[in-house]
Amino acid sequence: MSAQQVITEKLRGAFQVQWLEVENESHNHSVPRNSETHFKIVLVSDDFADMRKIARHQAVYKVLAEELRSGVHALALHLYTGQEWADREAPAPESPNCMGGSKHERQPAS
Amino acid sequence: MDIMETIKEQVEGNPIILYMKGTPQMPQCGFSGRTVQALMACGERFAYVNILENPELRESLKVYSNWPTFPQLYVNGELVGGCDIIMEMYESGELKTLVQSASAADKSEADAG
Repeated sequence: MSAQQVITEKLRGAFQVQWLEVENESHNHSVPRNSETHFKIVLVSDDFADMRKIARHQAVYKVLAEELRSGVHALALHLYTGQEWADREAPAPESPNCMGGSKHERQPAS
Repeated sequence: MDIMETIKEQVEGNPIILYMKGTPQMPQCGFSGRTVQALMACGERFAYVNILENPELRESLKVYSNWPTFPQLYVNGELVGGCDIIMEMYESGELKTLVQSASAADKSEADAG
């Protein structure tokens, strides 16, 4: 199973998902072709109600801790409640392009 | 000194500190680049650490804050977030308010001391 599928399934298992997008953005970064290192996740769930932004991110990082230890390098996270998502006028923001950092790193993944 | 103590000293000793890949002048990662630009646009002085130059610090920071990626922005010793959170806060004006009040508190403390 690809990392993308694992991430999708784990998030569906951990949260009451109203909307979920898991996009592989690794091709925007200086990693080999077909890598699964950089993902953008848009997750809408009322589980995030009453949670500060930082707590929402930490909750997702916790669910995906294993993936982050074993090859997944960065997650762009856009986490909303159902109401926040409905109130948004624009889609989730675009991720930035790579600036070549991993070429300068001693270890390939972190 | 224990590395966790070093981190504690850095984040508590600097009202605004950014752990990033590269430097504000030459960021080595798009997420760090975007974050540092937003922070600079707020117009306050801040400290930064290039974590690419310190692998041990980099690994320990992930544990210290239960946050596995970079950049990481700390204000008054507390983790505010990474790129996505900082950009949201920048766009809503929240970031400017936060760093200005942290910076002002630091200055008045220095004057009093």
